[in-house]
Order: sequence, then C-alpha cells, then structure tokens
Amino acid sequence: MSDARTEYDRLVAKTLQRAPERAPAFTTASGLPRERVHAPAAPDAAWDEQIGWPGLYPFTRGIQPTLYRGRHWTMRQYAGFGSPAETNARFKALLAAGQTGLSVAFDLPTQIGYDSDASIAAGEVGKVGVPISTLDDMEELLDGIPLDEISISMTINSSAAVLLALLVAVARRRGLDPACLRGTTQNDILKEYVARGTFRFPIGPSMRLVTDTFRYCSTALPRWNPISISGYHIREAGSTAPQELAFTFADGIAYVEAARAAGLDVDAFMPQLSFFFAAHSDLLEEVAKFRAARRLWAKIARHRLGAKDPQSWRCRFHVQTGGVTLTARQPENNIIRVALQALSAVLGGCQSLHTNGMDEALALPTEASAVLALRTQQVIAYEAGVADTVDPLGGSFAVEDLTDRVEAEAAALLEKVDAAGGMIAAIEAGLPQRLIQQAAYDHQRAVDSGARVVVGVNRFETGEEAQPAVFRVDPAVEEARATRLAAFRARRDEGRARARLAALEAAANKEGAPLVEAIVDAVLDQVTLGEVMGTLAGVFGEYAGADHY
Amino acid sequence: MSAPPLRVLIGKPGLDGHNRGARVICQALRDAGMEVIYTGIRRSPEQVVEAALTEDVDAIGLSNLSGAHLSLFPRIAALLREAGVGDDVLLFCGGTIPAEDRQPLLDAGYKGVFGPDTPLEEIVRFVRENAGRRDER
Repeated sequence: MSDARTEYDRLVAKTLQRAPERAPAFTTASGLPRERVHAPAAPDAAWDEQIGWPGLYPFTRGIQPTLYRGRHWTMRQYAGFGSPAETNARFKALLAAGQTGLSVAFDLPTQIGYDSDASIAAGEVGKVGVPISTLDDMEELLDGIPLDEISISMTINSSAAVLLALLVAVARRRGLDPACLRGTTQNDILKEYVARGTFRFPIGPSMRLVTDTFRYCSTALPRWNPISISGYHIREAGSTAPQELAFTFADGIAYVEAARAAGLDVDAFMPQLSFFFAAHSDLLEEVAKFRAARRLWAKIARHRLGAKDPQSWRCRFHVQTGGVTLTARQPENNIIRVALQALSAVLGGCQSLHTNGMDEALALPTEASAVLALRTQQVIAYEAGVADTVDPLGGSFAVEDLTDRVEAEAAALLEKVDAAGGMIAAIEAGLPQRLIQQAAYDHQRAVDSGARVVVGVNRFETGEEAQPAVFRVDPAVEEARATRLAAFRARRDEGRARARLAALEAAANKEGAPLVEAIVDAVLDQVTLGEVMGTLAGVFGEYAGADHY
Repeated sequence: MSAPPLRVLIGKPGLDGHNRGARVICQALRDAGMEVIYTGIRRSPEQVVEAALTEDVDAIGLSNLSGAHLSLFPRIAALLREAGVGDDVLLFCGGTIPAEDRQPLLDAGYKGVFGPDTPLEEIVRFVRENAGRRDER
C-alpha cells in the first residue's frame, strides 16, 4: 500500500471520529455497495503527486477525505430585492423549503456605497438586491434568523467592510459574541475592476480595506471567510474556463501579497480565504476545471506563497450556475441547463452551490422558480447517488486529461499576468479585460454562425413563444425607503454620529490604521452606509479608471 | 465618393456594471465599419446625453441589465429632446427587458428594443437600415 493511501486511511479514521458519515454504509439504488473513493490497486508516484487522495495535497480530488458522505454541500440561493422586510420573507421561504445557508443579494446603490435616498440611486433601489443603508435595515433583514446557526454569504465588495460591520453590530445587539458568525463577504475588489463594476475607490485604498478585513477576521471572526475570490463574474463577462481560473488566482496572489506587505502572516489568514466559480454546460470540462482549480491553488499557496499550514493550501469554493447560459427563448430549457451545471459542481466537489432560476434571463426569479432551482440541488443530493462517492470521476481518462489541460492553460495565462507585472499592473493595462472581451466576442460570433449550438435559440427554434410571468419589484419601494431614512436620521444622536465619522476619517487618513473597528463603532451609533462610504471616498478618492472599449 | 461611416454611441447609464453585451455590440458595429463611441459603465443620463451631443452621433444604443431601464431610458430620451436632438438620431436599447416593457420604451422613442439571444447581425442590420438619414431629407 502506498504511503499516501495509508495517510488517507488515517485521515478518514480521524475525520470519522469527529464527524461521522451520513449513513453507516452507502449502497446504490440496487443495493450494491458504494465505495468512499476509488483508486488504482497500486497507485504509482505520479498518481499520488498529481491526483492523490481527497483531503490531501494537492487536493485534486477534494478538500475533505469524506466530502459529501459527511455532509452535503451548503445549498445557498442568492436572494434579495425590494425591501429588507420582503427579502427577510424570501429568506424564510427558502429556509422552509430546505435551504441550508443564506446568500444576500444587495441592490447596486448599497453595493457601491450610496444610501437609498441618494440622487445617484434613482431607479436602482431594490432592483437587483435588497437595499441596506442602516443598522435598522440590517436588523429587519435578519429578523428571526439565528446568526449562530446559519451561515450567511454576502455579495458585497467595495462596501464589504460596512456590511460586515453591520452584521457584527446586529450580533452584538442580540447579545451574541461575533466570533460565532459563519459566512462570507465577497470582498473581492480586483474582479470588480476587471468584470463586475461595483468599485468605488482607487485600487490602492481598496486593497487596504480588503487586507484590513483579513486582519480583523483572523482574530475577531475566526469562522468567517473575509473574502470569496471570484472567477464567476470573470466567466460571466465572457472568459473561458482556464481564463476564469487564471485571473481568479492572479487576484488571489495579489491579495496574499498585499496582506503580507501589510504585516500579516500568511498562515494566519490564508485558511479563511474562499473562492467562487461558475458552472457552465460543458459538463466534463467544468468538472475538470474544479479539480484543476484545487490542484493549481494548492501548488501556488504552498510553493509560491510559502504557506506552511495545509489548511492554507485548500481551495474551498462556492459555485453558481452560469447566468449567461440562460436563454430568454424557451425558458424551460434553462431548468435542464441548471441541472447539468449543478451536477458538474457536485461532481467537482464544491462546498456550496447556488442554482439559477429558469426565468433569470429576463428578471429576478419568482419565488416558485427559486424554489424549483433549490429542488434541483435536492434531487442531485438525495436521489442521484453522486454525493455518496468522493470524486467519482477521478481516474477517468477523459476527466484527468481535461484536468491537466485546464490547469496547464491557466498556469500559462498566470505567467502572462506575471510578465505584465502582476495582476494590479495587468488590470491597469487592461490585459485581462481585453482577453475576456475577445473571448466574449468569439463566443457570440460562434453562436450567431451556428458553430456553437444553443438549443431553442439557434437550433430547434419554435418561433414566437409566450413569455412566463416575470418577477417585478414594487416601484413604490424607492419613496418608502427615502421616508424611512429621513426618520432614521431624525431619530439618532447627531453629535455622536458626527464624532464617529470624524474618527473614521482620521483613521482613514493614517496609513495602516485599523478601519473595520471604526466602522463597527460608527454603524452602532446610527451612521449610515452612505455616510461611511462618503467619508472614505473623501479621503481615498473615487476610482476614475476606464471601461474603454 | 462613399458615405462617411455611421457614428454610434453605446451607453451604459445607471449603476449597472454588466458591460459584456455593450462591449460585444461595440465590437460588432465597429467590425461592420461604423465609428463607435462607448461611454463606459456607470454614467448618469446627463453624461450619456452630453457624450451624444459632443460626438454628434447618428445613433444611440443603451444597455441596462439591472431592471432600471424603465426609469433610465425614457429619461435619456426626454433629455435628448430637451437638448434639441431630433428624430434624425436613432435610439435603440437592450438588456434584460421583459416583453411587457417593450411598448413603453417604443413609446419613449426607442425604435429598437433588443432582448437576450439577439444575433449581432440583427442589430448591425437594424442600425444600418435606420440610422444616418440626416442628409437624405
């Protein structure tokens, strides 16, 4: 027996003591035994080095030895719209339907750091997510949600430190120790400049805010993921699968280097880093991509970034099915696309998963389509049997070959970024943006020419079809928000709020001074999100970078 | 002498950062021989109108995927009229726009409303056939 196999068996035994599997034995629908993991009878050194064993470096086969035999991935549907109260009701409906974690979608004003009553917010309040401007809003959003039991993921970037502070403030007001909080702030600002567009400050001070949340979370919120380094939006913007990995890891390297430059020890924060990828419809390539992601990041973390703790080497990731793959025509076909994409995420060993609603090419999902998307995950988890064997496609010639190829192409692209002077310099020069744009254009041309088939769009069309009823945000929400905010500001102790903002401004002006604590103090004294972000913008400036074609 | 190339402004008003569609359409129009000016993301309606006036364009195409199209697009059409831009400048738009929102946008002056899954060639043809008639009258 190889040394690696022995080490794996030892790891399994240790894990089972701490966390038993979901069943004493797993069998197929026909009663045949289902093995925990499959491997060659006599694995050679190349197998152990490149493919290896679940839970062991380089983690190609998964970050845990028993994976979903211990616990299914977290089913986490991204949701948010209208008002905090409406979103709270959607959260509760999803939890009642069996969802196991929360994922908050914020509206664009909140994501960029404006209160709902700012003139720049006109038309956007409550549209793509929930508006959160105050501690009252956050309390209403999380009303009745047990913060010490349910993990919460927040898609928030330039204003991530403020939303994190608001969550900490809610926990404190409930008498909870914030150390109990589990979840994630996306907080990946670099990809905002590349692909997603909710940046606010220039890159330098944005990186300072990110590394400050690493520092804060490494001591105050040990169970929190301060960042989710995201390839999802890079893929949505048009990238290929290897580009998705390359630019995500180039961003990851930039964050680790920035945090190290700020004086943090890599092994103090790297175990808390998490990642986020897309799942598209090319099933085997996507499975290969997820496996290649773990292997590539493990090598980077260990050899390039010098992390010593194996926990720092593990690429833990969330997956969302691909929004851009959804079609407006024959929207029911999207149900099938989402199912295949979700299957690739599960075969690829994700830690949490969001499945898109069938109607999302046109609007936010209705409650019915959000629940149907959740049911898709439940069918995969409880009926398909694929969760009972770890990395069931490992060893497949096709999948191993694709894993090698995706990894090699991503590594070659990373070298290009390095040659451009690292990711920040590459972004400033527009390198990833250009490559993504070209891939997006090539894709659209291939669809238009029919070289790439999209069922119901360029093949098997049925002409004019009736559109399903789509979800609409209540247009009255904007005015209601303005009234609510005016009352909030009138109620608070204005002197205390002003003093907190002055303290925050002073901290921002002092390079290297902690910021998160000052923001927590501010929001506890009823300072609004827009005021915190406006004060920081006064010191840091606004990003004026180009999105020039 | 051949006619001068059509000048088209592609605008991203509002806070929405989804620029994939807008940029792909820029590239398609440019490959079709048009001069394309792209505003970049997160422009106010006033900034879009100012760019259109400065660049003296034949057509303006707007993109939005945040659901704010019904407040942003009619406002830009109104600002253009206030600024004296007449029907000779072609307006079109696209994004995640539900079917029932098409008529209000057509009523606001948008001659074309393009949803997801629209082939690039359809948009190029639409612009070519409907823009740049200023000298023909």
